[in-house]
Amino acid sequence: MIGASSNRKEGRAKVSGTACYTDDKFVPGAIHGVTVRSQVPRGILKGIHFDDGMPWSEFTIVTAADIPGKNCVASVVHDQPFLVGIGEEITHMEQPVVLLAHPDRHLAEKARNAVRLEVEELPAILDIQASLGLEQVIYGADNLLKEIRIQKGDPETVWDQAAHVIEGEYRTGAQEQMYLETNAMVAVVEQAAAETRVTVWGSLQCPYYVHTALKQLFGLPDDRVRVVAMEMGGAFGGKEDYPSVNGGHAALLAWKSGKPVKLVYDREEDLACTTKRHPSRTRLKTAFDAEGQLLAIAIDFVIDGGAYATMSPVVLSRGALHAAGVYRCPHVQVHARAVATNTPPPGAFRGFGAPQSLFAMERHMDVCARKLGLDPVGLRRKNFLRRGDTMATGQVIREDLDLGGLMDRALDEIGYRDKRAAFALTNEEDGPIKRGVGFSVFMHGCGFTGSGESYLASVAGVEGLADGSVSILAASTEMGQGKNTVFSQIVAEALKLPYEMVDVAEVDTDRVPNSGPTVASRSTMMVGRILEDAAIGFKQSLVQQGFLQEPYTADSFRAGVRQAVATLGSVKCYGQYHKPADIAWDDATYQGDAYPTYSWACYAAEVAVDLDIYEVKVEEFVTVQEVGRVVNPRLAGGQIEGGVAQGIGWGLWEEVTTQQGRMINNQMTNYIIPTSADLPRIKVVFLENAHPAGPGGAKGIGELPMDGPAPALLNALVDALGPLRLDEVPMTPDRLMDRCEEVSHG
Amino acid sequence: MADRITLTLKVNGEDRSLSVHPFARLLDVLREDLHLTGTKEGCGEGECGACTVLLNGQVVNSCLVPVVQVQGAEVITVEGLAQGENLSSLQAAFVTHNGAQCGFCTPGMLIAATDLLNRCPNPTDGEIRDGLAGNLCRCTGYSKILDAVHSAADGVAR
Amino acid sequence: MRGYLPDCDIRVPDSLAAALDLLAREPGVWTPFAGGTDLMVVYNAGRLKATRFLDLSRLSELRGIQEDETSLAFGSLTTYTEIRECRAVHQHFPNLVKSARVTGALAIQNRGTLGGNIVNASPAADTPPSLLAYGAELELVSPRGLRRVAYDRFHLGYKRMDLAADELVARIILPKPTGRSFHYFRKVGTRQAQAIAKVSLAAHARIEDGHLAALWIGLGSVAPAPVRARNAEAALIGKPLAALPIEAAREALLGDMSPIDDIRASAHYRSVVTQNVLGHMLRDLAGA
Ligand SMILES: Cc1cc2nc3c(=O)[nH]c(=O)nc-3n(C[C@H](O)[C@H](O)[C@H](O)COP(=O)(O)OP(=O)(O)OC[C@H]3O[C@@H](n4cnc5c(N)ncnc54)[C@H](O)[C@@H]3O)c2cc1C
Ligand code: FES
Ligand code: FES
Repeated sequence: MIGASSNRKEGRAKVSGTACYTDDKFVPGAIHGVTVRSQVPRGILKGIHFDDGMPWSEFTIVTAADIPGKNCVASVVHDQPFLVGIGEEITHMEQPVVLLAHPDRHLAEKARNAVRLEVEELPAILDIQASLGLEQVIYGADNLLKEIRIQKGDPETVWDQAAHVIEGEYRTGAQEQMYLETNAMVAVVEQAAAETRVTVWGSLQCPYYVHTALKQLFGLPDDRVRVVAMEMGGAFGGKEDYPSVNGGHAALLAWKSGKPVKLVYDREEDLACTTKRHPSRTRLKTAFDAEGQLLAIAIDFVIDGGAYATMSPVVLSRGALHAAGVYRCPHVQVHARAVATNTPPPGAFRGFGAPQSLFAMERHMDVCARKLGLDPVGLRRKNFLRRGDTMATGQVIREDLDLGGLMDRALDEIGYRDKRAAFALTNEEDGPIKRGVGFSVFMHGCGFTGSGESYLASVAGVEGLADGSVSILAASTEMGQGKNTVFSQIVAEALKLPYEMVDVAEVDTDRVPNSGPTVASRSTMMVGRILEDAAIGFKQSLVQQGFLQEPYTADSFRAGVRQAVATLGSVKCYGQYHKPADIAWDDATYQGDAYPTYSWACYAAEVAVDLDIYEVKVEEFVTVQEVGRVVNPRLAGGQIEGGVAQGIGWGLWEEVTTQQGRMINNQMTNYIIPTSADLPRIKVVFLENAHPAGPGGAKGIGELPMDGPAPALLNALVDALGPLRLDEVPMTPDRLMDRCEEVSHG
Repeated sequence: MADRITLTLKVNGEDRSLSVHPFARLLDVLREDLHLTGTKEGCGEGECGACTVLLNGQVVNSCLVPVVQVQGAEVITVEGLAQGENLSSLQAAFVTHNGAQCGFCTPGMLIAATDLLNRCPNPTDGEIRDGLAGNLCRCTGYSKILDAVHSAADGVAR
Repeated sequence: MRGYLPDCDIRVPDSLAAALDLLAREPGVWTPFAGGTDLMVVYNAGRLKATRFLDLSRLSELRGIQEDETSLAFGSLTTYTEIRECRAVHQHFPNLVKSARVTGALAIQNRGTLGGNIVNASPAADTPPSLLAYGAELELVSPRGLRRVAYDRFHLGYKRMDLAADELVARIILPKPTGRSFHYFRKVGTRQAQAIAKVSLAAHARIEDGHLAALWIGLGSVAPAPVRARNAEAALIGKPLAALPIEAAREALLGDMSPIDDIRASAHYRSVVTQNVLGHMLRDLAGA
């Protein structure tokens, strides 16, 4: 079962149009919510005015003053209000201030423009530089949302003695997840006998995050809040923390009106208000000996965290932990900061900080190779991590790791050496088309950072149903990545049952335990492992209670389960995360095993640049990765291909253009994601190396493919065009033209 | 301001008649009045293709069509592709080839691919990319969609 | 969806006369509505001022492509798909086919019309450069009758046109090229499909005795409206193909453009890339 390309469980519903996404849910009597937002980057809210001419008495209106519990979105740091109250500070352009709802959705939309906010404006901080320079203090004493230091050895002792010291600065822009389904929520609040019960159905990755947020918002105990994950039209991290905000908003309107509420963002609102990938700036200083051996790395990594902390501390942490890349180095220092700005808070997006810092490192290695007179392959090969080496946090590589072999495989697949030689000749010719090949080598830590998994202590279970089949109980959500299918395969394998006999239960907090958030490429490896335990426990208890005898067939198993359910009413077995004994992490010092294991990869790209128009065409893209045992090759391949497409988009086209911190290209026509005509076929190679932590030896794959494309593409561009200052993504045609002109104008 | 009109059209082979605002979007009429929620809204600006339906045999973005223009027309949505319980060969190929990940682009993608195979029964990669270029997918990177269309085309050819 | 539906109205006249009558009775009130691929986008975004629409789609008088000895006449409702599928257009006006093929994607091409593309008057529109390069004429109709204007005098400024409130574009007439001709069209969009042009250039030349006897160049996205590159044309007309003054033409082209910075590209990018595309076109032409 594990290793088979089983068909997606919900595939039939998806191709038939019957899969039910949030806005598809038919809710009789629902009223439609809209959000009135600040429209200034910073200021004090002085008043709220409702224009004449609108039948306001027909509207449900919610302001901060109405909030029954705490006006604060539960998150890593509790700093973000659901709604800004009068006298309070507005901290970005899209801050929610008033919620409106009306039975007529057209009128609700119209009313949004009939609310005027009176604001005393304050000077705003709009980028990393202004925030670090403390032009205004907008957060805490120093504008820092989070600061992390990682230290191994002492680079300061190395700079003077090293044969070469090479410095560089790299930048990455914000990126929009652009899931095809915008954020959407349906809420119902029942109030009976002085008891309030809140239910929210939504497009959300982490039901228990929303559950916690709603409890705090309404001051309710666990059992009065219910969150149900609907079919989800993509998320990529974009529905990790934001649903706590709009889920809360929908619930507030439902509570105040006593009616069901639909709150569905249109694309413009979704783009302008919801989270993005954090913009970053990385300064790297590296020392090498005369042979090109890496002696020291100092990294100054800064991300723009927006107006509230939201996920920034965790994104920063992952970025910092990946910043030194896949290289062995005795002296490493990482100084990482997330700074506050008056912009809508960024959040989680596939990769979670790692693509930013890895872009810098993998671009920098090519820059260094050139400066050292080595080729990018040779320089990397000299410095790769191997079994027994220690990473920056002191984590020892305990697995067999052959990055050289991985790299060679990718380079062979794309024909690196032959192509470089051929292009070196053809690029000398007159025409506008120049070609190049480039690559990147990188890793992605699987599961939560540091002690995250121990802290979560996730639970998942297996239940027998009356018809004798098996149902999986977990709060992990399906966003297209294939969780329903992969979980079913894992449990079917553990129980030695046909795949068709296992399915997942609806993700409803009344029904499924907290298996943790569906993030960090953790579902297959972490939750899958717990399910494996739960399945074995389930079978053993059936055997112990005499419902099942081993060996069994599918039919005898089904009969046993049927009988058990008939006799006992319900049969369930839960498993819980156990920290492996050989893993240790210290949050205070950032020392230890940052992740239980890593997935490793080398991605290679061939590009053709047209110097008449500065357009870059990706001609070929090869991915070689070691991700442990692959549970479902076809679904895994789809994850890699989709991630690479997003990585190519981030590297070349996807730019969030802002004015006063607000996205102004907030339409699909102006935020350029790749169409089918923009991408090559993406070659996917899995090298399997089973890892004990995951089920059947699986590691994580969801985020890995986001890390490699951007540096591989820019390295390929340098190969095509010579040493340009390609230190930033996206490398749009405009930007590429500027960089070419820097060289030609000297 | 406008009077409602009686709209008669054929949807997925069935004659329908309903009272609607003449300027209402076909997308909203399908989803809200006819409860055919398979057709999705991903942008409302003609860009994403999630709302694609066949209108008199041609693909259109239903978010850009006021219903008054479909008076008397024939519309096919994703719900109209299967024959009862039997998925169309394209639908089946999307399942086996993992052409649908999150599935939100899928209804529009299937309509566009159905139209493509009607016009061009044995498309090359390039023809498929061209035919589906108005249907954005953020999950797949398109490769598995290409695989699915090729396999359905082969099935048809055989 | 931000448009306010209750305020909207749409009329569906069944003859051109009825349509013109309504336009004339309440001038400026009724907005012609063809494929809706421009209007609906603005409406959905809540930014459309117009609320009353006149549906042209049932007016058979505005449909079809008619061919005679010397010209092709396109009804203003001609869609991109109809252009792509018409043999005579392929034969005589290959640039127009290319323009149609790179407009949006299929679903847009099935609905969007030539008349809508012209009157929407976006500087970035894709058929206008080709229409300019082919010396198009527009036939405008109103209750007062028909009149013709040369397309290169139709756009008067940003979204300003030689079109009265009671007039419709009826037909677009393209004279068939004669003699030995050269056609070139290139769109530089934000991506390979479903893209708005950052730069576009269409050219059509007549070649006689190894010389450029006549040349028309249309530009998109570099001025408040689609424009002819008259300076560049002047620098090239009469010159031998073997010795085209490419540098002089590039220089002259600067006088034809007044690009601006926007979300899609900088003014600098637009002007350099348009020059480069002209260079590319002239290299092609030299080899023709
Ligand atoms: C996703 C998408 C992609 C697009 N891509 C492109 C592209 O690549 N290139 C491009 O050029 N355009 C593109 N467009 C714009 C649009 O499709 C074209 O401009 C199209 O030709 C407009 O035609 P229509 O019939 O749909 O116009 P409508 O929206 O019906 O009308 C547009 C304007 O023209 C007026 N009008 C229409 N017909 C007449 C007439 N006969 N007489 C007088 N006035 C008239 C209308 O009043 C309105 O002001 C795109 C649009 C979308 C939504
Ligand atoms: S919703 Fe119609 S094209 Fe996106
Ligand atoms: S499958 Fe998710 S957008 Fe295509």
